[in-house]
Amino acid sequence: MSSALGTHDIAAGFVDPPHESQRVFRGVLEAFAHPGRIVTVADAPAAPGLLCRATAAFLLTLADRDTPLWLAPEFDSPEVCDFVRFHTGAPIVGGRAEAAFAVLAHDQLLPFDTFSIGTDTYPDRSATLVIEVPALGAGPALIWRGPGIDGQASVAVAGLSHVFWLDWAANHSLFPCGVDVVFAAGSQLVALPRGIAVES
Amino acid sequence: MPDIPVQDAAYNYAYLDEQTKRMIRRAILKAVAVPGYQVPFGGREMPLPYGWGTGGIQVTAAIIGRDDTLKVIDQGADDTTNAVSIRRFFARVADVATTTRTEEASVIQTRHRVPETPLKEGQILVFQVPIPEPLRMLEPRETETRTLHALSEYGVMQVSLYESIARHGRIAKTYNYPVMVNERYIMSPSPIPKFDNPKLDRSPALQLYGAGREKRIYAVPPYTPVKSLDFDDHPFEIETWSECCALCGSRESFLDEMIVDDTGKRLFLCSDTDWCQERQGVLPEEPPK
Repeated sequence: MSSALGTHDIAAGFVDPPHESQRVFRGVLEAFAHPGRIVTVADAPAAPGLLCRATAAFLLTLADRDTPLWLAPEFDSPEVCDFVRFHTGAPIVGGRAEAAFAVLAHDQLLPFDTFSIGTDTYPDRSATLVIEVPALGAGPALIWRGPGIDGQASVAVAGLSHVFWLDWAANHSLFPCGVDVVFAAGSQLVALPRGIAVES
Repeated sequence: MPDIPVQDAAYNYAYLDEQTKRMIRRAILKAVAVPGYQVPFGGREMPLPYGWGTGGIQVTAAIIGRDDTLKVIDQGADDTTNAVSIRRFFARVADVATTTRTEEASVIQTRHRVPETPLKEGQILVFQVPIPEPLRMLEPRETETRTLHALSEYGVMQVSLYESIARHGRIAKTYNYPVMVNERYIMSPSPIPKFDNPKLDRSPALQLYGAGREKRIYAVPPYTPVKSLDFDDHPFEIETWSECCALCGSRESFLDEMIVDDTGKRLFLCSDTDWCQERQGVLPEEPPK
């Protein structure tokens, strides 16, 4: 992690932040309101480093100086750090428990409870994890149930192990505490809020 | 000629600054993730007094965009002071199309009613909430109500409903009737008549609730169970009327009672003006600017 802005070019952010961030937010809100639905992020700018466009747009829209960000080693590159610091001002932290947002790769996952899960009295003080996956709508389909889903939904997210879904069951059982997850691939997102039960 | 709304360049888009919108947006996402839980947020001073919809306006400002069509109702009516001024506010600061038709709206900000026309998936209903805490009249301390929610300890609410039955022979609460969301949190549905409570249950639309004075945001995602509290031997019931609407003849909508002359002659009218006009086949007027 570099501590000062590098001399290389920083990837561009939004051209028209109020309107682009509004459209991205409505996409994210649709994803949270309809867990399992694949939402294509409008106006996703070219992303720095190994971040995908959807993750970059998510951070530009929701991260700022009030939201400590934790980056998995894969994403903790000067390009990404400079992009985040320059465009959002979010402090990049080394301690997972401090993070409001975190960006992880599907193949280097960590137990959810190493992040903030909120408290019984303030369950909103939990982290939101953006997990980059190879593809959405591909891979084994699982049955999701919970608020926002009419009955049940069959949702396929590629690149996740059996262990991930065991961890998810443990996270879901903490409700109303627990982390919320956003899967990102390319310029697409799928949200998995803590209230969703997944049959694995 | 109606004025074409032009965004007021003296303000950021949708009035609030971007940092404030991000803060509210994060609160909305957590509210959607924990249905019925009240998320604290840094409510801002708005250019109207508390009680006129400052919470709802902040939620609307955080979500609205130029692609949206906004409807604002106050007690079901599109043409009352609060509704007209909020609609004009957003036409001016957010350059957004407005409508009075429920089915044309993508965002509906409401004070104290849910439209009669069934809502669709993709629509967002924003409620203005005066007192977000359903237990507040039973327990004034915030630290205590927060603990009661954390422990899902809602006996005090059941006791208050029981006392109402003991005193009146029925649950006498007619508005702001408490609901259980997703079998976890008791929630205030805002002061909508209990007539509207069934419309909240498994609604395809997203419900967002904003309380400006108390600085709380909460939400009910689509298709989420919302159960009005009751007892097995005193099941939840909605209001009924022996009359029908004097203008459209509706028997299935919420009716307001009006005194129309000095001798006390009474009329019943639909509270939802759009519903009533639609049934009468009246074309909507241009939304008042």
